[in-house]
Amino acid sequence: MRFALKRHSVLPGFGLTLGYTLLYLSLIVLLPLSALFFKSAELSMAEFWSTVTNPRVVASYKLTFGASLIAATINAVFGFAVAWTLVRYRFPGRRLLDAIVDLPFALPTAVSGIALTAIYSQHGWIGQYLEPWGVKVAFTPLGITLALTFIGLPFVVRTLQPALQDLDRETEEAAAILGANRFQTFTRVIIPVVLPALLTGFALAFARAIGEYGSVVFISGNMPMRTEIASLLIISKLEQHDTAGATAIALVMLLSSFVLLAAINGLQWYAGRRHHGLS
Amino acid sequence: MSVEVAHITKTFGEFRALNDVSLRIRQGELVALLGPSGSGKTTLLRILAGLEVPDDGSGGVSFHEEVVTNQPVGKRQVGFVFQHYALFRHMSVFENIAFPLRVRPRRQRPSFEEIRRRVMELLELVQLSGVGKRYPSQLSGGQRQRVALARALAVEPRVLLLDEPFGALDAQVRQELRGWLRRLHQEIHVTSVLVTHDQEEALEVADRVVVMNAGRIEQDGTPEQVFHQPASEFVMRFLGQVNVFHGRVHKGRASFEDMAFDYPHYPHDQEQRATVYMRPHELDIHRSSNGVPSLAARVERLNPAGSSAKVVLRTQQGQDLLVDMPLERFRQLGLAPGEEVFVVAKAARVFVPDIAPEYMI
Repeated sequence: MRFALKRHSVLPGFGLTLGYTLLYLSLIVLLPLSALFFKSAELSMAEFWSTVTNPRVVASYKLTFGASLIAATINAVFGFAVAWTLVRYRFPGRRLLDAIVDLPFALPTAVSGIALTAIYSQHGWIGQYLEPWGVKVAFTPLGITLALTFIGLPFVVRTLQPALQDLDRETEEAAAILGANRFQTFTRVIIPVVLPALLTGFALAFARAIGEYGSVVFISGNMPMRTEIASLLIISKLEQHDTAGATAIALVMLLSSFVLLAAINGLQWYAGRRHHGLS
Repeated sequence: MSVEVAHITKTFGEFRALNDVSLRIRQGELVALLGPSGSGKTTLLRILAGLEVPDDGSGGVSFHEEVVTNQPVGKRQVGFVFQHYALFRHMSVFENIAFPLRVRPRRQRPSFEEIRRRVMELLELVQLSGVGKRYPSQLSGGQRQRVALARALAVEPRVLLLDEPFGALDAQVRQELRGWLRRLHQEIHVTSVLVTHDQEEALEVADRVVVMNAGRIEQDGTPEQVFHQPASEFVMRFLGQVNVFHGRVHKGRASFEDMAFDYPHYPHDQEQRATVYMRPHELDIHRSSNGVPSLAARVERLNPAGSSAKVVLRTQQGQDLLVDMPLERFRQLGLAPGEEVFVVAKAARVFVPDIAPEYMI
């Protein structure tokens, strides 16, 4: 069997585009990432370990990943509902609603952070009504989760929309004729088909939430051990000119994100492997 | 009556898809609804399935004398086969067929072994015993449609509804499946309604053909009746190829171009416009007119590739005329393009507005 890197094709430009892709990825993505490894290598193993296992740092990891996971899960559920509504039904204002979904994308994150803080702080529009019930949003992990949910929503909605659009009406009608009720149709026929897209949206929202900084720092209040996210710790380390320490934290973030996303990708592959190639 | 449709009207916005349609289907019959797109045949099928609801105040649907008009889809116990299969692509063939059994309420749900046994039986029925573990994407179009049929039969339907079931398949597979469906129907004898726009399919498969046009039933009869005794010009034009001429009737004679013949069904003095239809296989070609009513024409094209020879001619008034003849006759004639000949009609149908169609010759 002969292995050919490139099959002959009528479409020209394979060499050029592949070359460009590799150069681009190396310069923009891989080079900065490798710098991360080199920079953190300035620390000895023991220093590295004590930096990344510092209780304050560990607390920030837990908060960052925990809040991101919760936010992405909330988005998966409610983003699904939003995408479903936008795809399935025709109603006045649908296009406006559709455009609003993109706002968290478009807004500078600092602006969303300030806006959320203004609304949910003790004396804010909504915060003042929650306060008597003992619910504090601003300056708590709840607020952080809220901000991360806000910025993650478009990822789930935008990845789900095309998948829901592709859903075949006839398949659902078939399920109904075969005696399935709406719940059975939803869980056995619709969900399995859109699951890969849902997981992609979840993964994107989750990845975005892990890296989020701008919108969180305002609403979190940044209290050590309680509402300090990992990105903030990195910034404060940099401000103290502890670049190596900052990169050490970043490296752990990078690796854990990588592992988590790889796991989600695997799940997605598992969910999607059965029906690829169907016309 | 296995299925009874009484005075159903269905409108979509401004469009009237069905206009006071009534239909009765006997137990075990295979009925084809035949018509062009937009004729309402699919709407009627979907109303039978419960996927559409007839207009308020219009009639209803009953199965075995039980009114099902407002019964929800899942309770009607109908089998439905879609043109594009509508299989669940994330489920194996086995799971697809088991689906209707698995979604039953717990008390009516068969046991695990029973489900397995039934699915295996159905797979055997549609001659796909070996493919239970495969996924729909791994099957050919014809196989997928057979899986869809097995799945539809798994609900033990009171009525089996097929919506252009072979429409997405290529010609040869389609031909095969037609014969197969016919045999299957003889075996299981479930009351079936088949929607198609392919007249050949309808005439070949069905016990009875219901020709539809513009939301109404044009004719309801055996394949032989609708083909040989069309009740309207529409049915005449829709079923098979036909040569159409515009002429007149007057005092017991019908005429068009340079041809005239007796037409005793119109004895009136007042001249009336009429349309004359002649099927290509009901025409013959002669070298001389011999005093028989005939039409002078010039041979344009010859095509003997097929089970019969097709000859295209042009009349003196410039209209194309198609003649089908047995190959034997074609060889015997030895026609050449450009030759002037006489076309003789063995049969023709004359449609005079407001008068029932009659036949001559």
